[in-house]
Amino acid sequence: MADPLYQVRNLKLSLPDMTRKPVIGRAPQIDILKDLTFEIPKGDVLGIVGGSGSGKSTLGRALVRLLEPQSGSIRFDGEDITHLSENMLRPMRRRFQMIFQDPMSSLNPRRTIAGIIAGPLNLQGFDRVDRRVDEALEHVGLPVAFRTRFPHELSGGQRQRVGIARAIALKPEFILADEIVSGLDVSNQAQVLQLLEQLVRELGLTLAFISHDLSVIRRLCSHIIVMQHGRIVENAQTQAVFDAPEADYTKELLSAIPLPDPDQPWV
Amino acid sequence: MSAYLSVRNLSVVLRGGPRLLRSVSLDVAVGEVHGLVGESGAGKSMIGKAILGILPRAVEIAEGEIMLDGTDLLRLPTGERRRQIGASAALIPQDPMTALNPSHRIGGQITDRLVDILKWSRADARARALELLSEVHIPDPERVMASYPHELSGGMRQRVLIASAFAAEPRLIIADEPTTALDVTVQKQILRLIGEMQARHNTALLFVTHDLGVVSKVCQSLSVLYAGMIVEDTDVRSFFTGPAHAYSAALLAATPKYTDPQASLTPVPADVIEAVTAEVEAFEARWRRG
Repeated sequence: MADPLYQVRNLKLSLPDMTRKPVIGRAPQIDILKDLTFEIPKGDVLGIVGGSGSGKSTLGRALVRLLEPQSGSIRFDGEDITHLSENMLRPMRRRFQMIFQDPMSSLNPRRTIAGIIAGPLNLQGFDRVDRRVDEALEHVGLPVAFRTRFPHELSGGQRQRVGIARAIALKPEFILADEIVSGLDVSNQAQVLQLLEQLVRELGLTLAFISHDLSVIRRLCSHIIVMQHGRIVENAQTQAVFDAPEADYTKELLSAIPLPDPDQPWV
Repeated sequence: MSAYLSVRNLSVVLRGGPRLLRSVSLDVAVGEVHGLVGESGAGKSMIGKAILGILPRAVEIAEGEIMLDGTDLLRLPTGERRRQIGASAALIPQDPMTALNPSHRIGGQITDRLVDILKWSRADARARALELLSEVHIPDPERVMASYPHELSGGMRQRVLIASAFAAEPRLIIADEPTTALDVTVQKQILRLIGEMQARHNTALLFVTHDLGVVSKVCQSLSVLYAGMIVEDTDVRSFFTGPAHAYSAALLAATPKYTDPQASLTPVPADVIEAVTAEVEAFEARWRRG
């Protein structure tokens, strides 16, 4: 097996519980991630599934260090990034990128598509930014004419492609995709997933794909982590999870999926 | 089986603009669950809103009939129409957070409708609300009545809205993507609950959704909508064994199935979109001439 790109050991993360914050004083902390240990091998496509509140998005945000864990460690390509300062992280950020769930709120409505994709390229000091923007657009199957458009002029599927273009323009080694198809119609969803499959192949990406939808995960991912209440309840090859799920929660998730088939028993 | 809800040639237009619903016809009988599927923007929710008389101001009904138990709602004077709809139809909305007023307790939000519109006494309405909350399997109805929406989970809030929809014993329920915001495990519970309530109260149910998996579990028949036009109207079994329209077939192929990862997730092919768009245009041209 190839060297792991990510090595996560005993990861714990808590966040302030704002619903219980007193008027004066600090909010009590609530434990979101409770002692997670796993690896992501280079070139792997990892699926992270779980219900709402299971901590899957928090885990994703910790991986790309938008959140700082309380304890444990995250190693990226051998380097400990658990507590790196923002200054230390900035040059590394090019290497791990994120695609967000809702492209309408993660693309600046006042900037053109070219401006949105060029933003991180300029920040990271890339040369020939214009050409890189064109290449990124081409990679995600959008016409170069879209450079001068604004996000509101695009369809949901096209906007999500812009989010993907912005991430891959930096030539990252790792991409975190957090529920990126859950707001799309099935046809757009299928297109975006096919694109992602193709990019993983062509660019040799390592991908973590967060989703609540096991059907989508099955198509895309080689490996699955199932989360419940901030813990990993199952961590196995995709085939194994579907053929012989071990955790009760995984079985429950599988049996709750309504297949488009009136003969599937479902009660 | 005669239809309780019968929509005939319903056209809705943007005021001074194009048609949004194109001569839509569909029937839902008492005791039947009819699915309404299509991609976003196809006009699924618009049909529900037209039936309930809650269309946005910018659009209007150009022609057609909405028959509820044999009466054409569109021929009634406004006040009478609203009373009729209020007494015989109800909505289960998509988002349980925005459908409940965050600054009012749950109890009042269920009873106000019974008291204000149906002129029940407060005591009767309260007793009815408690009974409904236990009917939707809420463990501690008294406590939930006194709670605010933010104190309940998403699944609980959706249960409250289901209880509320059935409060006045409507004969028609329109459920507009009622489980889209929920986890699969909670979705399953809520779908079973909706089915159970629908069967017990013997209502006609129009179920708006984009999820064909859900349709196959809760509906007996369905209509497939594309660009405001119904391209297929059939029973669930024939639909899932062999959809008649190429667009329906493509939509089914695009639906992910974890049992068959390779065959699923094919985008709707461009030639299918072209063909169905041409069909819509031809339909539109005939309507303009006629």
